[in-house]
Amino acid sequence: MNEFLLSAAGIILFTVAVGLVRVLSGPTNADRIMATQLLGTGGITSLLLVASATGVRGVDDVALGLALLAAFAAIAFVDNVAAPDSDTSKGDRTE
Amino acid sequence: MNVLLDLFSVIAICFGTFFFLAGTAGLLRFPDALSRLHALTKADNLGVGLIVLGLLPHAGSLLAALKLVAIWALIQLAGATSAQLIARAIRRSG
Amino acid sequence: MSILQILDIGLAGLVLAVAAWTVFARDAFAAVVGFVAYGLLLSLVWVRLFAVDVALTEAAIGSGEHPTITHQPTSGVLLIGAAGRLRKVEASRDDELPGASLRLFAAALCIFVTLVLAGVVLSLPDPGPTLAPEAARHLAETGLGNPITAVLLSYRSFDTMLEKVVLVLAVVGVWSLAADQYWGGAAGNPRGAEPDGTRALLAQVLPPLGILIGIHMVWVGADEPGGAFQGGAILAAMWMITMMAGLTEMPSIRSRLLRLVLVAGPAVFVAVGVAGVAFASGVFAYPTGFAKPLILFIEAFMTLSIAVTLPVLVAGPPKRLRQQ
Repeated sequence: MNEFLLSAAGIILFTVAVGLVRVLSGPTNADRIMATQLLGTGGITSLLLVASATGVRGVDDVALGLALLAAFAAIAFVDNVAAPDSDTSKGDRTE
Repeated sequence: MNVLLDLFSVIAICFGTFFFLAGTAGLLRFPDALSRLHALTKADNLGVGLIVLGLLPHAGSLLAALKLVAIWALIQLAGATSAQLIARAIRRSG
Repeated sequence: MSILQILDIGLAGLVLAVAAWTVFARDAFAAVVGFVAYGLLLSLVWVRLFAVDVALTEAAIGSGEHPTITHQPTSGVLLIGAAGRLRKVEASRDDELPGASLRLFAAALCIFVTLVLAGVVLSLPDPGPTLAPEAARHLAETGLGNPITAVLLSYRSFDTMLEKVVLVLAVVGVWSLAADQYWGGAAGNPRGAEPDGTRALLAQVLPPLGILIGIHMVWVGADEPGGAFQGGAILAAMWMITMMAGLTEMPSIRSRLLRLVLVAGPAVFVAVGVAGVAFASGVFAYPTGFAKPLILFIEAFMTLSIAVTLPVLVAGPPKRLRQQ
């Protein structure tokens, strides 16, 4: 069972890592944010699987902290995302 | 009973992993940013959800199980709101 | 090779790849995104190294070392703000970009430092010199179950106290960057008349949960991975979310309450330390049997200070006068 959990953790981690290619190539900054978000979600999930497999204490707290701050990071980045030719920040307050 | 729980976990986690694969494939291959965002949120919701479901039988205590569900809820919340914000940013700049 | 080993090697490779990309990224935003991804992977690495407290700090604060001046994603926020401010300047200052020779020198310096560090780590005797068994042996006297907390707040509490003071100095440094006419004003954005819907939702749902989790981490840090830094950073993030949504605003730097809270942590720490002369065997000693309650007392104030200091640092120097 543990090997299965660890394999799943590995597969997920490397899947989202491949998604990081979007950070490299993503035509817009939004793509980069998305790829990082996927990495975050995949990372948290891998942590949960590893925590269950290895039984180290406190790892689920790390996952909890990461999950809590994922939204925070997303807001912070979206506030500052700007296409190369436009300058937007908190612009959608008018909506 | 244990074997049944293990089987359930294995199936749930396999499906969850599949959704992560699908989400990443979507992120890499879909033609425009908005559809990529769509793929991303599928991984967030279903991928994490199924894996959390699969890990619940193995949670050590009620508190641990609650933490798992809380993590899922938080990821959903983060995913949903940031999808909104990112979509607006895409619309504004595209 | 076991699966765990394959996982570890893959993780290490991934960290290196992301780090390399961050260094070579074209523009500041992309580099910051890479840096955030790098920090995330790094907290996974810490977990695999069985340093769960460090992983928590990395996830919540960032550098994994105390004192914490880089925070992730707080550092992500800090850096992205800086990148935003620089973007307006970058375009007009092309002639001032570092030339090739300067970059080569910087690269050579980094490589040199890396090689030296690697050499030192690889040449350590096996097992490396460590005080860990000693620390573990005396754990019972501190009343704590988490050796890391014991090191931070008991064996080496003087260092931790100084680190808190460093944070206060950082705030002073950041505030001193204010333009003269804004001295006494407020940093960050004013409270919005109509808070943005999506962000407001997040700002109303997350903080109650976040406050609970933050306090839980501080409390549990006595015996399990956790502690004041981690909990404080989470509380800080919660406050920053409400500010980003426009539901609250950063108080003016003149505010007595703000200043009081900022120094409360180190002040209480120093007070308890000095009181050790009268009530225990010396400065920064705890009277026997009272160690744990005193430590939790100090941690409570430290958490409060950290929770307020981090957003103050991220908000930067005041840019506006308070309009009332």
